[in-house]
Amino acid sequence: MRLTGAQMVLACLEAEGVDVIFGFPGGAVLTLYDEIFKKGIRHILTRHEQGAAHAADGYARASGKPGVVIATSGPGATNLVTGIATAYMDSIPLVAITGQVATSFIGTDAFQEADITGITMPITKHNYLIKDINELPYVLKEAFYVASTGRKGPVLIDLPKDLQAQEGDFAYPAQVEMSTYRPTYEGHTGQIARAANAIKKAQRPLLYAGGGVISSGAHEELLELSRKVSIPVTTTLTGMGGVPCDYDYFLGMPGMHGTYAANNAINESDLLIAVGARFDDRVTGKLETFAPQAQIIHIDIDPAEIGKNVVTHIPIVGDVKLVLKELLKRLQPADGDIHNTREWCQKVLEWKASNPLRYRQEPGSCLKPQYVIEELYRLTGGEAIVTTDVGQHQMWAAQYYRVKRPRALISSGGLGTMGFGFPAAIGAQMAFPEKQVVCIAGDGSFQMNSQELATAVCYNIPVKVAIINNQYLGMVRQWQKFFYGGRYAHSSLAGSPDFVSLAEAYGASGFRVTRPEEVAAAIEAALNTPGPVVIDFQVDPEENVLPMVAPNTSIVEMIGGEE
Amino acid sequence: MLAILVEDRPGVLTRVSGLFSRRGYNIQNIAVGRTMEPGISRMTVTVEADPLTVEQIVKQLNKLVNVLKVSDMTDEPSVGRELMLVKVKAEPGRRSEIQQMAATFRAKIIDLSPDSMIIEVTGDEQKLHAFLMMMQEFGIKEIASTGKISLLRGSKITRDMKA
Ligand SMILES: Cc1ncc(C[n+]2csc(CCOP(=O)(O)OP(=O)(O)O)c2C)c(N)n1
Ligand SMILES: [Mg+2]
Repeated sequence: MRLTGAQMVLACLEAEGVDVIFGFPGGAVLTLYDEIFKKGIRHILTRHEQGAAHAADGYARASGKPGVVIATSGPGATNLVTGIATAYMDSIPLVAITGQVATSFIGTDAFQEADITGITMPITKHNYLIKDINELPYVLKEAFYVASTGRKGPVLIDLPKDLQAQEGDFAYPAQVEMSTYRPTYEGHTGQIARAANAIKKAQRPLLYAGGGVISSGAHEELLELSRKVSIPVTTTLTGMGGVPCDYDYFLGMPGMHGTYAANNAINESDLLIAVGARFDDRVTGKLETFAPQAQIIHIDIDPAEIGKNVVTHIPIVGDVKLVLKELLKRLQPADGDIHNTREWCQKVLEWKASNPLRYRQEPGSCLKPQYVIEELYRLTGGEAIVTTDVGQHQMWAAQYYRVKRPRALISSGGLGTMGFGFPAAIGAQMAFPEKQVVCIAGDGSFQMNSQELATAVCYNIPVKVAIINNQYLGMVRQWQKFFYGGRYAHSSLAGSPDFVSLAEAYGASGFRVTRPEEVAAAIEAALNTPGPVVIDFQVDPEENVLPMVAPNTSIVEMIGGEE
Repeated sequence: MLAILVEDRPGVLTRVSGLFSRRGYNIQNIAVGRTMEPGISRMTVTVEADPLTVEQIVKQLNKLVNVLKVSDMTDEPSVGRELMLVKVKAEPGRRSEIQQMAATFRAKIIDLSPDSMIIEVTGDEQKLHAFLMMMQEFGIKEIASTGKISLLRGSKITRDMKA
C-alpha cells in the first residue's frame, strides 16, 4: 500500500487501538493535522502543549494504555518537555509525535527549528528523528512497543514536514525485531526460591511497594502475598492503590510525609521486600540510616534500579506480577506464623492505631485542608479517580484520600510537576468518561495550567477541580517556616485571581467555600453539576503537612509523628 | 574500561556520552570504531569509578535502546593500545638523537620539515607517557592521540562475556 507519512501515522494509531490523541497544531504538522481532519480520529485540542502532554500522561496513568500527544516543531515541541520529563520520571508510557522542519532545512536554524531529539534525549526512554520515509512504519511500531514494554516510558518521534507528505510503501509490521532491547520478564527461579526462604525465616517482614506494582498490574498478587503470610504493606505515592487503603495491614505512605507506622516499620523490619519501588530519597531519608536491620529483597523490571541506592541482598529482575505469582507458589499461609510474625504484626498495627495521621477541624473556625479532602473522600465514596498537583495539597491528598484501587490516585511523583493535576484529570476523564474525576489542585499549581479550563469546557469534560487555596506556595512556605527561620521569600500568592470568576469566565461553574460547615454541600453541588467545576476552598494558610522528616535525616526522626 | 557494542545510528555517540555526563560519570578516554559486523560500532570507554558505580554505568548503558552489549574489561586480561602523533622541534643537529630514541620506542618518523618532525607511536598509557617525557627535552610542539582501544587476551571475545 502506498501512503504518505501523515497517512502512515494515522494508520499506525488505528492499528495500535488509539482512541484519543491530545495535541496542538502548527506549521510543521499541518499535513498531519489535515489527515487527522480527514480520518476523524478523536483529538483533544488543549490550550498549551504542556497541557496536552500531561493529558496524554493522565490518560495513560488512568487506563494503562500509552498516551499519544502531537505538537509542532520548535516551540510546540519544547513546550512538551516538562510533560515528557514528568512521564519519564514515573515510567509512564507516552508516544509524542512532533513535527520538524523539512529534511533539507534541518541544521540551518530554520524557522521554528529545535533539535527536539537532542533536547529530549535524557528524558525519553528512546527517541527517533525520521529522515527516510521507508523507516517510518517500523519506527512507529517500535515506538509504541518500547514505550509500553519493560520499564515503560515516553518515546518521541520527530517527523519532518516534507516526509509527512511524501509517499512510501506501507505495511504495518506485525512484530518488532530488536536485538538491543529485550526486557526480562521472568524472575530467576533460584532467586525467587531464596526470597521465599528469606520470607519464611523473617520475623519482621515488610512489603514496600511502588509504582511498578501499578504499572505491571500486580495489585492482586501484592495483596495476596500480604494476606497469605501476614506481611504489613507500605506504598509510595506512585504505588498508592497497590493495596486498598482501608486494608488492615496497610500502613500508609513511607518517607518524608509518611506515617509513624510505616517509617517505624521500615526502621525495625528485618526483611524489607521492595516491589517495583526505587528507594527514592523522599522515601529513604538519610540512606545510611534507612532500614538498618533489614535484609533487602528487591523485585524490579529494571536491573539498573537494583543496587542503585541501597545494597540489595536478594535481587530479582523481572515483571513484578510474574515474580510475585512465582513467589506465592512457594509460600504457604502457615509460613507467616512460624517465627511469630504475629507479634510483629500486632506491634505494627498498634503503631498504626495509636499514631494515626491527624489534624483538628474546629467547627465554625478556619477551614482545614485535610478536612476538605476527607469530605471529598466521603462524598465520592472513595471511588473517584483523583489527580493532584504538587505541594502540600498533594501530600494531604495521598494521606487522606484513601484510594481503594490502582490507577485511582494520579500524581507526579518523581518530577513533582506543578500544573500536572488539571490536564492529567482531563486525560483521565477521556479514558473513563463515566467515572468521577476529581483534581485536587494547589492555588499555585492550578495557575500553571488553568488555561485548560477552555479545553474542559469546549469538550464538556466534567472534571471537578478542588483548589486547596492557602494563598501560598504552601510547601515552599512550610520549608521556609521549618528550615529558613520563617522568612517567606516569594512564597505568597497574594494577588491570585478570583477562581470562581475565572471558572465562570471560561464558561465553567465555580463555587467558593470558606467555612467547614459549607464543605459538604459545596462538594455535593459540584458533583451534581454537569460539566467542569472549580471549587475554591479557602483554607488555613499556615497549616503544615505532618508528620515531616527533615531532608537527609533518618525517617524515624519525624516532626509531629507521635502523639 | 568498558567495551560497548552499539548500533551505528546517528546520535548514538551522543546518547552514550550524554549518559555519562548526565549521571556524573567521568570519561577519561573514549574511542569509537568499526567492528566486523556491518552496522555495529565498538566504543572503548575508560572511566575512573569504584566498582559499584561501574556496575551502575553498565546497567544504565544497557538500557539505551541502541546499545547491544556492554562488557566490563577491567578485571579481564586484555591488551590495550593508543596511537599518538607527536610533533617535536628537530634542529638538524639533534635529529639523529631523536631518531634513536624513537627507534627504542618502536616509533616511526612520518613527517620531516627543516625544524620539526612528526613521530607516530603506539602503546599503552605508560609507554606513551614515557615517550613524551623523553621528547620533552627537544620541545614538543603539539600532540594528537586516539583513545585507547583494547581486546581480551586469548580466543575469548567481548561479545561472549557475561553481561
Ligand atoms: C513547576 C514547578 N515549579 C516549582 C516547584 C517547587 N514547588 C514545589 S511545591 C511548591 C508550592 C506549590 O504551591 P501550591 O500549588 O499552591 O500547593 P500548596 O503547597 O500550597 O498546597 C513549589 C513552588 C515545582 N514542584 N514545580
Ligand atoms: Mg497553595
